[in-house]
Amino acid sequence: MAKAKLMDFDKALELFEPVLGFEVHVELSTKTKMFSAAPNNFGSEPNTNITPTCLGLPGALPVVNEQAVRYSISLGLALGCDIAPSSTFARKNYFYPDLAKNYQISQFDQPIAINGNVEVELADGRLFQIDIERAHMEEDAGKLTHVGGSAGRIQGAEYSLVDFNRAGVPLVEIVTRIIYGAEADAPELAKAYVSTIRDMVVALGISDAKMERGNLRCDANVSLSPRGSGTLGTRTETKNVNSLRSVERAVRYEIQRQAAILAGGGTITQETRHWHEDTGATSAGRPKSDADDYRYFPEPDLLPVVPAPELIEELRAALPEKPAERRRRLKADWNFSDLEFQDVVNSGLLNEITETVAQGASPQTARKWWTGEIARLANIADAEPTSLVTPAQVAELQLLIDDGTLTDRLARQVLEGVIAGEGSPREVVDARGLAVVSDDGALIAAIDEALKSQPDVLEKIREGKLQAAGAVIGAVMKAMQGKADAARVRELVLERAAAL
Amino acid sequence: MIATSHPLRTPGEPTNPHRDKLEIMSDITAEQVRHLAGLARIDLSEAEIASLTLELGQIVEAVASVSSVATADVPITSHPIPLVNVYREDVVADVLDTAQVLTQAPEHDGSRFKVSAILGEEQ
Repeated sequence: MAKAKLMDFDKALELFEPVLGFEVHVELSTKTKMFSAAPNNFGSEPNTNITPTCLGLPGALPVVNEQAVRYSISLGLALGCDIAPSSTFARKNYFYPDLAKNYQISQFDQPIAINGNVEVELADGRLFQIDIERAHMEEDAGKLTHVGGSAGRIQGAEYSLVDFNRAGVPLVEIVTRIIYGAEADAPELAKAYVSTIRDMVVALGISDAKMERGNLRCDANVSLSPRGSGTLGTRTETKNVNSLRSVERAVRYEIQRQAAILAGGGTITQETRHWHEDTGATSAGRPKSDADDYRYFPEPDLLPVVPAPELIEELRAALPEKPAERRRRLKADWNFSDLEFQDVVNSGLLNEITETVAQGASPQTARKWWTGEIARLANIADAEPTSLVTPAQVAELQLLIDDGTLTDRLARQVLEGVIAGEGSPREVVDARGLAVVSDDGALIAAIDEALKSQPDVLEKIREGKLQAAGAVIGAVMKAMQGKADAARVRELVLERAAAL
Repeated sequence: MIATSHPLRTPGEPTNPHRDKLEIMSDITAEQVRHLAGLARIDLSEAEIASLTLELGQIVEAVASVSSVATADVPITSHPIPLVNVYREDVVADVLDTAQVLTQAPEHDGSRFKVSAILGEEQ
C-alpha cells in the first residue's frame, strides 16, 4: 500500500474546515437474534447459532424480538429522539455473502427514532452538541474470513469463509446530522462522541459495547470545506475503526490526507475507506456506485412496530442518568480534583472505578489502582485493563490493605497473582503466603535479633537518633520477606530499643 | 402500453398528490431496466430488455391506477393485514446443527461456507 501524502494537521486546519458525520452500530445484548430465536452469543463455534431464518431458507419467516424493540426505544430516548408512533422494516438489497438471503432487514423511511441530540464532553470539559438524525433497527451480517492474500485482508484473497452466527444479531444504527464547527477538536470529538455512545449503552444495559468484539462500530464520515468557500467537500466514509483511539486517529488521518490532495489540486473520491490499526492509515475500499442503490422496499414478512405511549413512558422513566450528568455527580461525590477526575475519564475506566467503589473500596484507592498499577501492567501486557482484573477483585484487594492483611507492596504482588489467574486476592494471599506478619511475637524476635547484631545502631537509637532505626527496620522487613507493616515494625523497634 | 385512461376516476375528482410522481415512474426506459438487471445480477439479452421495458411499464402503470382511487387522506400501507406489534419473546429455541446448516453450502470447510473472494466490495 503506497503511503498517502499527509498535510501537517495545523496547516490543514488553516486551509479547511473539517465536516464530520458518524454512523455508529450498536449490537444489542439480547439473548436471541433480531428476527429469530437463535442465540445471540459471541465466540461460539462457527455456524452453531443458526436457524432457518438466519439463512433465509425458503419458508422461514422473521419475527421481531420484543426485547430488541424495547432496547431500541430506550436507546432512542437516551439519544433525545422522538420515538416514531409507527415504524416499519424494509429490505436493503445487496449481493454480498455476509447475508445468505441477499438482503438485510433494516429500516428505511420509517425508523424507530428520529431527531435527537447528544451532549459530548471533551477532555478539557467543553461541551459539544451533536444532533442525531435517526436511530434505526436492523440485523447484523455474518462474519467473513478472507483466506489467502496478505494478513487476511480482502485484497488478494483466494476465497472467503462465512460464519453466519452474527447474521441476524440485533443492531441499532445511530446516524448523526452533519457536524460543523468541530475545527481542530474534530479528532477528539469523534472519540468523545463514540465514547459517549458507549457509556450510554453500557448504562442502559443494552449492549456489551466491546469495540474489540465489534459490539460497537463506528463509520466516520469526513470531508473538508475550503475556508470561505461555503461549500461542502466530497466525503469519505472510514470503516473498520475498532477502538476509541482508532476513531480519533482515523479522523485526524483523513483530514491530513484529504487536505494534502486538495491543496495539490486533486479531488477527493467519494468512497469507503478502511482503517488499518497496524499502519495507522486508511486505504481505499469500494467507490460509491451502483452498489449503493439498495432498492429498499417494505419488508412484507414483518408488521409495523407501534409502541404504546405507556411503554415509551415506562422506558423513559427507567432511563439512567445522562453520561455527562453522571460524570458531574461522580466527581462531586468522590471529591476528586479536576485533574484526578480528568485522568479517570481519559483512562476510559470510569465504569470500572465506579463498580470498584460500589464493591467497597474508597474512590481514591479505586482510582489509584485502575489508573496506576493496573494500567501500568496492562500497558506492559499490551492488553485492556478490564481484561486483567474485575472491579470486585480490585475492591477485595483494597479491603485486604484496609484491614491490615496486606501492605501496598504486598498487594501489588497479590495483584500480579490475580492477573496470572491464581484466583481471588484472598486465594492468592493464602497460596503465596503473602499476608502481613501481624504476630508481634514473630516481629519482636526478628527485631531483637537485628538490634543485637547491630549494637552501634541500638546505641544511636537509645541516644535519640531515631533515624538510625531505618537500618533495623530494613533488616526486619528483609527477614520478614517484606510481609510486615513497616509502621508497626518501627513502633516495635523503638519499644525494644528502650527495653533491651 | 396501456393508454392513460383511468376508469376508476371520474373527471373533476381530486387527484392523489402522488399521482404525478407515479406517472413519471411508469415511463420505464430500457436504460432503467439495464440498470436494475445489473443491480440484481441478472444477465439480460437486448430482446429481453426490450420486452421487459414494455412489461414493467405496463405493471407500473397498472399499479399507478390504484392511486386514482386513493385520496390524500388514505395513509400509505406497508402491509395488507391490519396488524401491528407481532412480537416474539426473547427466549432461545432450537438451532440447526452445523452439519444441517452446511447442507445448504455449495462448498464449505467443515464449519463455514466457502465463497469466492469478492474484490472491492467489502461491506
